[in-house]
Parts: sequence; C-alpha cells; structure tokens
Amino acid sequence: MPKAHVTTTINGDAYEVLCEPGQTLVDVIRNGLGLTGTKEGCSTGDCGACSVMLDGELVCSCLVLAVEADGKSIDTIEGMAEGEDELHPLQRNFLELNGLQCGICTPGILIAARALLERNPDPTETEIRFWLAGNLCRCTGYDKVIRSVQAAAEEMREA
Amino acid sequence: MTELNYAAPDSLDAAVGMLADAGAGARILAGGTDVLVLLHGDLIEPELIVDIKNIPELTEISVEDGAWRIGAAASGMKLMDHEDFAAAWPGVIEGVALIGSVQVKGRASVGGNLCNASPAADSVPPLIAAGAMANIAGPGGKRDLPVEDVITGPGQTALEAGEMVVSFTFPKRPPHSGDCYLRLTPRTEMDIAVVGAAVNLTLDDGGTCTAARVSLGAVAPTPLLVEDAAAALIGTSVDDAALDALAAAASAACDPIDDKRGTIAYRIKTAGVMTRRAAETALDRARRN
Amino acid sequence: MASILENSGFNPDKELKIVGTNPVKQDGPDKVTGRAKFGADLILPGMLFGKILRSPHPHAVLKSIDTSKAEALPGVKAVVTRDDFPELPPGTPGGDLSRNVMAREKVFYDGHPVAAVAATSEPVAKRALKLIEVEHEVLPHVIDPVEAMQPGAPILHDHLRTKGVEGAEDTPTNIVERLDLAMGDTDAGFAEADVIVEREYDSKPMHQGYIEPQGCVADCNEDDQIEVWCCTQGTHVFRDRLADILRLDSSRIKVMQSEMGGGFGGKTGFYGEPLAIVLSKKARRPVKIVLTRNEVFRCTGPVSGTRSRIKMGCTKDGKIVAAEAELIFQTGAFTGSMFFNAPHAMFTRYALENIKTTAWEVVSNRPKVNAFRAPCVPQIVFGVEAIVTELANKIGMDELDFRLKNAATEGYTTLYGATFGPIGFVETLEASKETDHYRSPVKPGEGRGVAAGFWFNRGGDTTGSLTITPDGSVNIMLGTSDVAGSRVSISMMAAEELGVPLEKVRANFADTSAIGNNRVTAGSRTTFSSGMVIVDSARKAIDTMVERAAEIWGVSPEEVTFEDGHCRPASANVGDFEPLSIKDIASRTSVSHGAIAGHSEMNVTGEGPGFGVHIVDLKVDRGTGRVDVTRYTVIEDAGKAIHPLQVEGQYQGGAVQGVGWALNEEYIYRADGTLDNPSFLDYRMPVASDVPMIDTVIVEVPNPNHPYGLRGVGEVPVVPTLAAIGNAIGDAIGIRPQSLPMSPPKLLELMDGDETRAAAE
Repeated sequence: MPKAHVTTTINGDAYEVLCEPGQTLVDVIRNGLGLTGTKEGCSTGDCGACSVMLDGELVCSCLVLAVEADGKSIDTIEGMAEGEDELHPLQRNFLELNGLQCGICTPGILIAARALLERNPDPTETEIRFWLAGNLCRCTGYDKVIRSVQAAAEEMREA
Repeated sequence: MTELNYAAPDSLDAAVGMLADAGAGARILAGGTDVLVLLHGDLIEPELIVDIKNIPELTEISVEDGAWRIGAAASGMKLMDHEDFAAAWPGVIEGVALIGSVQVKGRASVGGNLCNASPAADSVPPLIAAGAMANIAGPGGKRDLPVEDVITGPGQTALEAGEMVVSFTFPKRPPHSGDCYLRLTPRTEMDIAVVGAAVNLTLDDGGTCTAARVSLGAVAPTPLLVEDAAAALIGTSVDDAALDALAAAASAACDPIDDKRGTIAYRIKTAGVMTRRAAETALDRARRN
Repeated sequence: MASILENSGFNPDKELKIVGTNPVKQDGPDKVTGRAKFGADLILPGMLFGKILRSPHPHAVLKSIDTSKAEALPGVKAVVTRDDFPELPPGTPGGDLSRNVMAREKVFYDGHPVAAVAATSEPVAKRALKLIEVEHEVLPHVIDPVEAMQPGAPILHDHLRTKGVEGAEDTPTNIVERLDLAMGDTDAGFAEADVIVEREYDSKPMHQGYIEPQGCVADCNEDDQIEVWCCTQGTHVFRDRLADILRLDSSRIKVMQSEMGGGFGGKTGFYGEPLAIVLSKKARRPVKIVLTRNEVFRCTGPVSGTRSRIKMGCTKDGKIVAAEAELIFQTGAFTGSMFFNAPHAMFTRYALENIKTTAWEVVSNRPKVNAFRAPCVPQIVFGVEAIVTELANKIGMDELDFRLKNAATEGYTTLYGATFGPIGFVETLEASKETDHYRSPVKPGEGRGVAAGFWFNRGGDTTGSLTITPDGSVNIMLGTSDVAGSRVSISMMAAEELGVPLEKVRANFADTSAIGNNRVTAGSRTTFSSGMVIVDSARKAIDTMVERAAEIWGVSPEEVTFEDGHCRPASANVGDFEPLSIKDIASRTSVSHGAIAGHSEMNVTGEGPGFGVHIVDLKVDRGTGRVDVTRYTVIEDAGKAIHPLQVEGQYQGGAVQGVGWALNEEYIYRADGTLDNPSFLDYRMPVASDVPMIDTVIVEVPNPNHPYGLRGVGEVPVVPTLAAIGNAIGDAIGIRPQSLPMSPPKLLELMDGDETRAAAE
C-alpha cells in the first residue's frame, strides 16, 4: 500500500504522520498519534463521539480521510482546557451539573457544544437539542447535558 | 486486492482528466459522508479517490440577476449559513438541513447527496421542485441536465464515465413564490426519509397559483417530479379542495417498496399528508413574498 | 459484634455531612478532558490488531475452514478458529458460552464468529479475513420465537429438551424451559371480579445501545499468565468464565477494567475477549480487539422479544382480585435470558393474592440475548400497566388511587416467596399525585399516561477494602464496576463514616488478582453492595483506630469513641485526652503496628425493593402516527439518594431509553435471517431533539438494612416507561397499542382502522 505523508496541526502542535490513503482521521488521531480522547462509536457519522474541529468546521472524524487533513488544523478534546488546569466553562459545568455519566460521548458533545456557543452565545433549549442531535448519549437522557450547555453559555455570556 | 490512491486536484480539467483515466475504478470525494461509509463498510473498493473540494467553482455560491448558482461540493453548513441564498430558497435549505447532523452537514454537499442517487436524498426533491439544473462537466465538455433527470435508479445516475456535477443553477424567482420541503421520519433528526415532499409554487397578485412544481422522495426508485400534483394547484387559490386533490395526486404517484424504514401502504398514505403540509407552508411563504 | 448484614447501624436521625450532597465525581475531570481510558484506548508495545470473521448465514453447518491463505499474508501473526478452543460439551454453560464466542459445529445467527485474525494493523487484519475460506451447509432458519416453538420448526440444538415439561425428554426442541408459578386461586379470584380485561402483547428485541463498542486488549506472557484489559460489568465473572471455556486456572487470568462507555447489562458477558486471548497466546504479542458498531448490533446482547397474554380482574370498588399471564421469551441462539424475572416482577407492587403465570424461554437464530436494566421486565409490564389503567378507567376510579388501593406494603409476601420489609410504593404513588405534572390538566390534543414499576434490587457476592495511609488519607479498593458514578457515591459513604472530607478518599478499581470475588455490576446492586462492604471496611478500620487510641492513652478500647474523624474519650471519666485525628493515629502507629485497614467480603443481603411511577404527556400526529413526547416526570423511591444529581441522571436516562424502546427501537430481520438495521442510522435511539427535559422526584423511604438507607436506582427507571407511553398514546387516540415499538406506521394503522370502524358503525 502506498503511504501518504500528512502534515497537520492538532491543538496547535505540528504533527507529521504516514497513513494509508483509506485511513480515517479518527483512526490516525487515535491509533497513529495516540490521542485517544476522541472516541469512535459507530464509524458511520451517526453517533458524533468522534467530533473534532477541522479548520474551524465541526465534523465527524470517522467521515474524514486522514489525507484530507494535510495542511489543515484540527482541534480535539485534548486541547479544550486552557493551560494546565483551566477547564473550559463547558467542561466545568458538565462536571458540576453531572452532564456526563459514563463519559464516552462527552468529548464529542463538548467539542460540538463549543462550536455551537462560538456561533450562537445564547441558544434556546431547542437550538441546543437540534445542534447536538448528531451526538448520541445513552446514559443521561440528555437533560443534564442540555442544562450543562445552558449553564456554560450563561457563564460565558457574563464573562 | 486493489491499491487505493488519493488525489486532490485544484482544477476542473485536472479532475475530469483523472476521472476519465481511472474509469470505473474512481470515486469522487466531496463531503465523503456517503463514500467513506461505503468504503469502510467494504461495499466499494475504488482504486482512486478524487477529492474535488480544492476546485474553486465546486464550492462557490453566487447570484446573477436573481439566479443562484451553488457549487456542487459546497458543504451543507456553508449553504445554510448563506443568508441570502437561504432567504431565496428556504425549501432547498430545509432539505439541506435534514441531510444529517451538524457534523455531517459540515462536510456533506448537495452534489454528493444527488450523485449518491438514493431515492430518499433530502436535498433532491426541493432541487427538483425549484427547477434547478445540474451543470455537468466531463471529457466531452459541459452540459446541463434538469435535476430530476440525474438519478435514474437507486445508486444509478445519468452521468457518463468521467463526468461530474460542478454546480447547480436555479431559475430567477417571480414575486409571490414560495417553496417548502418536509420529510417524515420517526425521529426528529438523524434518520433517512420515509417520505419527503417538496412543493414550489408561484401566485399571481390575486392569489391564484400560476406555477407549481411538486417533488417526492423515498416513495419510488428515484425522486419524483409529480406533474399531476402540480396540476392540482395551478389555476386554484390553493384552497382545501386543491390541497385534497394535491394530496391524492401525490399518493397516486407513489411506487414505493416495503423496507425497514416504512411499508408501501404507510408511504402512500403519508406522501399525501406530507405534500399537503409542504404546500401549506409554501403557500404561506409565497403570500409573504 | 453483629455483622453489618444483621445490624446496618442505619440511623434516620444521623446528621449527614457528605451523603446527600453533589460533589464532582473523581472520574469526571479525566472524562471531560479526554484522558479517561476506555476499552479501546489502551495501546501496548508490540500490540497487534484483531478482527473477527463472522457468519453471513443465520443457521448453517460449518463444514470446513481454511485459513492457510490468511496466515500467509504478510503482517498476519495469528489466525484462530474453533480448533484453538477446548471442546466443551454442548448444552452446558461453558459449552454454550464457548460456542457463542466461536462457532463449533454450526453457526446459529447472522454474525456468529467463525475465525479471528491478529495482524500488525487493522487494514491487514481486514484483508486477511477475506482470505479465509469457509464452507457452510446452509440450514433452514427460524427467527420468530412462536414459529420456533411449532412442531417442524428448524431445530437449533439437537441436544435441547424442554425443562419443566413432563415427557419432553425424547423430543429435540427449541423450547428451553417452561416455568409455572402460582399463588392463591385465580379461578376463585376471577369469579369475584366485576371487570376482567384480557389482552395480548408483543415486543421486539431492543439493544442496550451503549455508545462504546466492546474493546479489549489481551496479553498472554511467556509464562502463560494472561492479562485482559476490557470494558466489563464484572471482572471476576469474566475471569471465571474465560477460565472455564479456556480450561485454565482462574489464577492464570487477570482481568482489569477500563472505564466503561455504557453497559446497561450488555457488558455482563464477553465476546472478543476470549478470541484476543487465544490470538495473543498464538502470536506471543498483545492483541487488541474492538468491535465495530455493526458487530455490536449483530452479535452482542439485545434484549428478549416477547409475546404475552395477560388477564386481570377487579371488583367495582377497585380491588384487583386475580391476575394471570402466559409469557414467551426469545433468548437468541443460547439460553440465558433471565426470563424468570418477568413472572417474579410483573405484578409485584400490587398486593395480589391470586396469581398464575406460565413462562417459556425459546431459542431461535438470533444473537444470544444479554441483560438490560431490569432484564425481561419492562416489556411485560407494558401489558400489565396498560390493563391496570384500563381497569381503573372501566370502574371510573382515578388511576393513581386505583394503584394506591392495591399497593403492596410491608409484610406482603410475593409470588417469588419474599416478604417485603419497609417499602415505598405507597409513598411513591402519593408523591406522584402531588406532582405539578399530575395536577395540571392535559393540554388539548395531547394524551397522558401513567404507569408504575418495580425492581427487586440486588445484593450478592461483594468484596472491598479500605486503607488508611500514614498521613490519614484513605484509599478504597473496589472490585465492582463503575457504570455511572458508583465510585463517588461509595467514596462519599466512606468519607461520611470516617468523618473526613471527600477529597481525602480515593477510590480504586482492583484487578481480579488483587481483590476477592465480586458479582457482576448489575441489578442495581453496586452502590448498595459495594457501599455496604466499604462501610463495613471503614468500621473495621475505625475499630482498629479505637484500639490504637486506647493504647496511646493507656485505657481500654471501650473507653474510646470515634466521631467526626477523631477518637475521643467516651466520657469525662476516662481522662483528659486531646482527641486524636485519623492522621494522628495513623502516623503514630502504622510503623509500629502495621497499616490501618478494613476489609470486607460477604454475600450482601438486605436489598430494598424499588418502586417508581412515570407520568408522560405526548402528542400523536394524526396524519403520520408520529409521537412527540412533550412532558415527562419520573417519581421513584431511592431509599436514600447518596448523590442526588446522579440519582436524577439514572431516572432521566432510564426514561429516555424507555422512550426509544417504546416508540422506535427494534431489531428488523430480512427474510434470509440477516439483521437489516445494524447501525445507529436505522436502529433509532432517541437523539437530543426527540425528548423534553425529564423532571424527577426522588422519594426517600429508607432501606434500614443499609447503613445509609439506600435501595438502588439503576433498573426501576426503565420499567414503567413503555407502559406509561402506551397509556398516553391510548389516552390521545382512544386505542391502547399492544405491540412494541409503537412506531408511526403501527399507530397510523390503529387510528385509521379506528376511523374505518367508526364509519362502518
């Protein structure tokens, strides 16, 4: 198999990796680079656990070829907290309001929710629910997920 | 065992050349939301993937004298975020909005949605109802095809070897025009249409319908342009009797299958219901334009 | 001293400082930053990737398997088939389990494993699978359990004979067991009834739907010591069953639990783990196997689909006088559905005297079912609570009053022989009546449904330990799994006992070599049972600290008490001693006397049954049959909510899982016996935009057998959901559905059928 050389920036750090042309971005992030915070739940774009930002666009990294990321910039959950112990308001509110149970969907939901709040700092409950419709959660029934996003949004608006 | 190669040409000519050279072994990658699922589900084994997103005209959105052109590989989110296009063709945007999650729409394109050739593709009925043309490029040059003529069967298109859809052009809209796309799924999101219904209509100053196009998805091997349904509206004030006739014509046009997503009887029955509801919203929009 | 099982020390008047608050759980920060390690997240040096070849047929004889071409592919390090597993007798627990993880004589369902490959990369492993040549002799298959019961149906297991039926010894069958249970005299009961309702119901298998596919890494070292890292609801059960099917000593296998991305019962059994072990043994390298979502749906535990006939009668003043049921459970290709839970639990919450049930368990060509919250109960309660509501409506009584009139109370002896201690069903029903939801009128165009549910809650084999470090901080060691936050709840109880801040207590999960046996984390048992052994361990550590304080002071241990994290003189007569903190004692005596620790292993008993009521409002689209849930309230007795936010989360999550099961989730098979919807796209679990906020009311009727009064909250929240939604749909459209899921096509047919009937009348 011919391998492709991909140069990409992840959470501000430069990475170079060799990958097969058919390999997905999530596969390379997790298995190639060991950044396992991004989760893979379905490989078909239906669960959102692998959500990352690709050049500022919210995508499922299972539906992106790693070769497409050449020259692009990726943001994953590992880069969400600022500095050593400064959690993002979303992360903090998910902790305080129990917006996570098992935690497998949490990285994807946090990435997706941050993308929402960057576009729309004051979303309605309905807007949050539809924006997160691509992020399946089986534990929480979504109630505390939505409340955590609402609380973080409020806090970020006041900041 | 075939070897897979990837190319991302930055010009239309280069892309067409690659596609022509590789023949049946090539697959176009636009958003990738269908192709990568097929690839990793071992349902296709291409030799070459041609990523067309680096070609400028494939992702541009422009308007000239009221007539819109959208690049076939423009992502769903890019279209939805384009306020002027969204205001002009709300029904098309309703279809685009239902293609998938925000994540999927960050990648998925209208061109891909069409060329995947699913009878249930959500953006296709509103394109057909809009009267949009697919602008095609290939080894033999350029040609235009009405969107309703692109899909010829499940997974089958009228595109010839080496051809690709470059963009879609929309007709200029007369005053008092409105469109709407509604789809029926068990969930609110993340589903494949059981029935999709698009209605695009124009009223005269007195409120009489002068033009209409009705398109249905997921009720036949291809998305349908239902002329009988449009005829039920034209010349009427889109009153209850006209809407009843519209619903009956929509149901009559269905030739669905029984599958995991819906039964024949259910699809036929709800096609009328959904078409009627889409017409009511399109009418409301036309009256306000 | 009396055992904690005899005297829990529960004190309703004890002032609690930590229990009942909502601290951030210890595993939370790693989970919001992506650092938590789940099943698929372990990467070991030299690790290979394993993939599984699966049967495309639902029923076939495995004639031959040729792996030579796959073995020759560069990068392939091991290929295994049935020949790499010990042959255990069919029809035994080990024999069934072995055949489920790797087909032997036959394949029994679409996706049944027939071979596995370990290679240097996943793409290579996938390519190798395509090079394995399997010769099948395809057999007729049977998917539907009722068809599987008929004479002449394709027989899955030639050895199978129906248990519980006389004269069945000679005939091969697909019926595993018939279970008859009865109490009182139902004929006499029904004779007293003024109103009798009898209906038939059916349900389809649904999947647990955890977002994390099963993932594991197995590493067999050069001394044949095996380490398995995996997401599991039961490390010890995994170890013992792996040892059983691999014919190894349990001590040779060390199972370590990863964080688990949802289980809900579905991770109480293993799939890829034994294959990874055998591959690792052959390749002499670590092997990771992560299932795909397609594999998860096709081959891991859905729940039982059912058929049922249920009959209940009541007097016109509202007393339920008799109940009868016949129940059929499909268990998939192998027995193990836990179908007995259904007759045990279906009517239990009402103080019935006359009950008769017959239940059948049937095999068919589907994946072996696995546990799911309250296994086998919600889909049967769907019918029971529909009839309860219908009876109340027929005699013109408020349906919560009707349930109250029949509610079981302390002292009631159940069909399964247990006599209830203090229970909170009456309190839960009364709290339901007081909710704003129930007191508000139903909105025009909507319907309202109410249903109640019960679960036993469980105890069982549990081991834990607690160590006080010399600086006074505390480690606890657990052998159960944390499915949704038990470690913080258990830590909170330890902190409360010891009188130390929660930050001083760190919970750890031991691998199977480091702690004694623990039953699976299932049945709402973990916070209850592990909480019990950790409190017991803490009390033992306190006893030790009291002894050491006594020695320091030169008094007898009886003259020392422990409160608020300090040893103090029991009275002024003992002497004038400054209180000694845990740290004081630990730092002064650990070197001379050894560590201060408590340890507890027991078969935990004294579980307190749980009861819940759900109230739901919804709209049904008359044109399409789509349902829109508009308001939902869960009222449930937790005994005591150790961490109320987490208890609410259990209630909310259970309700929404039930919404999916009620409305859309089902296994759909093609005529050829293959699964038609093995993806999240077509297996329709609720997404965020499908549901409203879920209101909760935590009722607290303490279970005095537990030191903090708790009962367990994992199962009950899903039990009443299907029925509550069915009743709400019935209220909205005038006909109560009897078939799950209550999907749009079915509801439209019900409504249109009704219009047709009305027009004909």
